Amino acid sequence: MKSFSYAQATKPADAVQLLGAQPQSKFIAGGTNLVDLMKYAVENPDRLVDISHLDLAKIEPANGGLRIGALARNSDVAANALVQKQFPLLAEALLAGASPQLRNMATMGGNLLQRTRCNYFYDVSQPCNKRTPGRDAGDAAFRPTGCGAIGGYNRIHAILGSSESCIATNPSDMNVALAALDAVVQVTGPNGSRSIPILEFHRLPGTTPQRDTVLEDNELITAIDLPTSAVGGKSHYLKVRDRASYAFALVSVAARLVTQNGMIREARIALGGVAHKPWRLPVVEQTMVGKPATEATFRTAAQALLAGAKPHEHNAFKIQLAENAIIRALQTVSS
Amino acid sequence: MIPAEPAVDATQKQAITLKVNKKTYRLDAEPRETLLDVLRERLDLTGSKKGCDHGQCGACTVHVDGRTANACLLLAVMQQGREITTIEGLAPAGKTNGQEQLHPLQAAFVKHDGLQCGYCTPGQIMSGVAVLRDGHADSPADIREWMSGNICRCGAYAGIVAAIESVKKGDTIG
Repeated sequence: MKSFSYAQATKPADAVQLLGAQPQSKFIAGGTNLVDLMKYAVENPDRLVDISHLDLAKIEPANGGLRIGALARNSDVAANALVQKQFPLLAEALLAGASPQLRNMATMGGNLLQRTRCNYFYDVSQPCNKRTPGRDAGDAAFRPTGCGAIGGYNRIHAILGSSESCIATNPSDMNVALAALDAVVQVTGPNGSRSIPILEFHRLPGTTPQRDTVLEDNELITAIDLPTSAVGGKSHYLKVRDRASYAFALVSVAARLVTQNGMIREARIALGGVAHKPWRLPVVEQTMVGKPATEATFRTAAQALLAGAKPHEHNAFKIQLAENAIIRALQTVSS
Repeated sequence: MIPAEPAVDATQKQAITLKVNKKTYRLDAEPRETLLDVLRERLDLTGSKKGCDHGQCGACTVHVDGRTANACLLLAVMQQGREITTIEGLAPAGKTNGQEQLHPLQAAFVKHDGLQCGYCTPGQIMSGVAVLRDGHADSPADIREWMSGNICRCGAYAGIVAAIESVKKGDTIG
């Protein structure tokens, strides 16, 4: 691992100031993704600003919902009674992710910011537009670095929203649940604080796959807000993977459904493992409202969610897998 | 690309204090030194093993403030003020009839053949102790799920699950 300097922040404002004071600085909290990437020389910061001592780990009621501090550990959030009662979908998704050790270390803010990635991003001998962006984007002489996954071994890669630059998927289970829960990310930075709806927080790759999120340089995530849905409903996180535990999703579905007398009143469907960000189409959810909670309705919605799916050489199976997983998840929450 | 010039103070060691197995250690460390490397290379606590060094295999599992963590992904400089427990700190101190004592789960691993080569065993036992302590050992399926962060390439899983189950049933966990 390359050498770097280290500074510890005691207040959010100090953290933002410390990060801005030196280029090539990064925040570190749980470090589960960052330290790993530094060992592979994928990330090479000159300085780490330790934010793990900031007072941002509380989980508390807010505006009828919950405010979860950015430094709350994934394991603490999954075990929290308020979370389990009001947002069991989040607890379910968190427990589907990583290993017990990693969940003990990983923070909520860090999970939001874990890199959207694939094996080619990790392998510094392979071309990767995300790890090593082409020079001077926007310049006529712009040359992309290339993508090892396109034309390579791409079984785990994206089928939706990908670009010529990048077909990696966001590996977080938590992010998929947050997408279905209409979470809002609270951030603070040199220019003050702002709120970012979860669906706008993560990006599709386009021509700038190096940017996973819309977070600006020097901005710090302080909390994740979960608003309470107007009506309750049942939820389920269905994760399909190559082994029973401790594996990334090939496809996952965070589903939330409110039904009354067999009719759908409200629906949320977010997909993981299929795109550069959690995949959710509110317009499809709206078409489900007022329809019967039947397999036919679910299949129509699933197909609409997957319309435009573009498989690569080894991952066409994900389209049918996702369709079936969506139907299964919706059947689970409507039964 | 790795920049040619590191930050000015990047390679400078700084004095850190670590509390491991109830002992206090003071040493100079670079920010990039992981807890695992410090334990093994600097403090001569070689029980925690380096398997993958990427948080995937669990051989380096230690307890930090009573919770399992992958020591290979922790920076030592960030662990100051925390209570670290390694496999060396698990058994009760002192001897009985001239014999060093084992933690009940260590004894159960011996009894149930919870190992073959033994390399993953310290991590397995540190995770197993947490699984028992946190109430995740109610069934073999529960144990397997909550032990999923520890890989055994010899495939001693049946013995590992049996060892944890036996301590759960005997209710002798400390």
